[in-house]
Amino acid sequence: MSGESTYNPQSGFAKWLDSRLPIMRLAHDSFVDYPTPKNLNYWWTFGGILTFCLITQIVTGIILAMHYTPHIDYAFASVEHIMRDVNYGWLIRYIHSNGASMFFLAVYIHIFRGLYYGSYKAPREVLWILGVIIYILMMAAAFMGYVLPWGQMSLWGATVITNLFGAIPVVGESVAIWLWGGFSVDNATLNRFFSLHYLVPFLILGVVVLHIWALHVPGNNNPAGISVQDKKDTLPFHPYYTVKDAFGLSIFLILFSYFIFFAPNVLGHADNYIPANPLVTPAHIVPEWYLLPFYAILRAVPDKLGGVLLMFGAIFVMFLLPWLDTSKVRSGRYRPLFKQFYILFIINCLFLGYLGAQPAEGSYVIMARIATVYYFAHFLIILPVLGIVEKPKNVPQSISDSVLGGKAQPTAQPAE
Amino acid sequence: MSSAPESEKDPNRRDFLFLATGAFAAVGAANVVWPLIDQMNPDASVKALASIEVDLNEVEVGQSITVMWRGKPVFIRRRTESEITTARNDDVAELIDPQSDAERVEKDEWLIMVGICTHLGCVPLGQAGDFNGWFCPCHGSHYDTSGRIRKGPAPKNLEIPPYNFVNDTRIKVG
Repeated sequence: MSGESTYNPQSGFAKWLDSRLPIMRLAHDSFVDYPTPKNLNYWWTFGGILTFCLITQIVTGIILAMHYTPHIDYAFASVEHIMRDVNYGWLIRYIHSNGASMFFLAVYIHIFRGLYYGSYKAPREVLWILGVIIYILMMAAAFMGYVLPWGQMSLWGATVITNLFGAIPVVGESVAIWLWGGFSVDNATLNRFFSLHYLVPFLILGVVVLHIWALHVPGNNNPAGISVQDKKDTLPFHPYYTVKDAFGLSIFLILFSYFIFFAPNVLGHADNYIPANPLVTPAHIVPEWYLLPFYAILRAVPDKLGGVLLMFGAIFVMFLLPWLDTSKVRSGRYRPLFKQFYILFIINCLFLGYLGAQPAEGSYVIMARIATVYYFAHFLIILPVLGIVEKPKNVPQSISDSVLGGKAQPTAQPAE
Repeated sequence: MSSAPESEKDPNRRDFLFLATGAFAAVGAANVVWPLIDQMNPDASVKALASIEVDLNEVEVGQSITVMWRGKPVFIRRRTESEITTARNDDVAELIDPQSDAERVEKDEWLIMVGICTHLGCVPLGQAGDFNGWFCPCHGSHYDTSGRIRKGPAPKNLEIPPYNFVNDTRIKVG
């Protein structure tokens, strides 16, 4: 944690505990008196929102596991049992299923905030990499959770995704059979997915702890992208950012509640209310919305192995981002060219998402190829070159200058 | 913002806003927590099976049957004349959990009880023990022919479930 500890135990018990297990000191220095840049905007509230999402998913998930049966003959019926019989089961299940979407919505805003303000640059590379690991674990958890209701989309989504591993040369088929525990997605697969779906959130929780640890060593980045220089640049986390985070969370919960209470199934697929049938594939098989851009990349390539490699590559390239962006200026606010390419990149990602939901035929495939090439070009060509050719605007001397400074910069916001 | 003098009054407007916000959040949190707790209560599918009907036609005098009700055994005994007489005579005996036999039956002949020892939940054996009623082998509780605890560690008589006679030979338990 940056700076000296300011924890000052008052009661006798607090002093006694502090000299044995300084857990209150850790909490105080991390979440109460933690010095936070004073210019953070609302895009910075998503860290707290994401923590809330994770805890919500874990709590509702533990409850759902009390009523769910991980067996192909009973899984679908047990989910309906939760919806119809269990007290408030409908509410808890809708919180959990829509909570997954809200979790991804928040994480995408969080990621794009980091992309805009250069939060991945030195000295925050490890922080960024831990974030990408969390994102990958989230996708694994979401995918396996989607299999559990054992509807048509569950079965066929699981079939398509596990078959990706069949693309691995030589050992692919053995790997797929090993994943299934059989010769197709069946009861053994459902059972292990349930087990792993219960495990992964706790792995995420562990990596989140590391993520916050890695955040608290260099301290928060901020919209100006310049480092904290002295005490004038910071505010204590509490009450300034606890209240700001709580307000941001409240607004976020209004959207969350809208989906739970008024449109609980709008983000899902009607096909998943048909019990799984290994003899019939749904006419149009698509993943949940948050995985669509990667699905579009997968289908853009007319080669099984190539598609799989590019899809995983689209995630893996994010690990390299801290070294691909050659610009010394962190915040996109002072990078006029980057700002434009950043907006193009967002549009391209949304376009890939749109294409992922369309049938893989005709012009959609052509457009998906162009968008895929652009996706990789952004990371592998545009960002390295921009850092060299771009002439950044004048960066303020300090955070205080950027807040109070004479000619106030128009506050740049990412277009998310 | 309140004017300077007003903000110095005690309590001032900020105190009110602070308390109102806290109270609102507390009520909201309680509303969120209740579904998370209530989900562990018996669900609709369990409640739907909470009462059963039993046909008593086949049960002869001196016979007992055991039926399942809410996951527990229910003893239904058609008592003999001597059992009824013994139970009635013992109304004035020294009882651990005093209750007259008449309070424990709807019709003298039919004794209907939850077959769970009131000590720690074992199932007692019928027509056994010092009082020729029920005897719990787990920790040695003796019940009489009215199912009253007479000796041993159990604190209460065997529980009488809610029931009523639908007709002369049919009861509804629960």
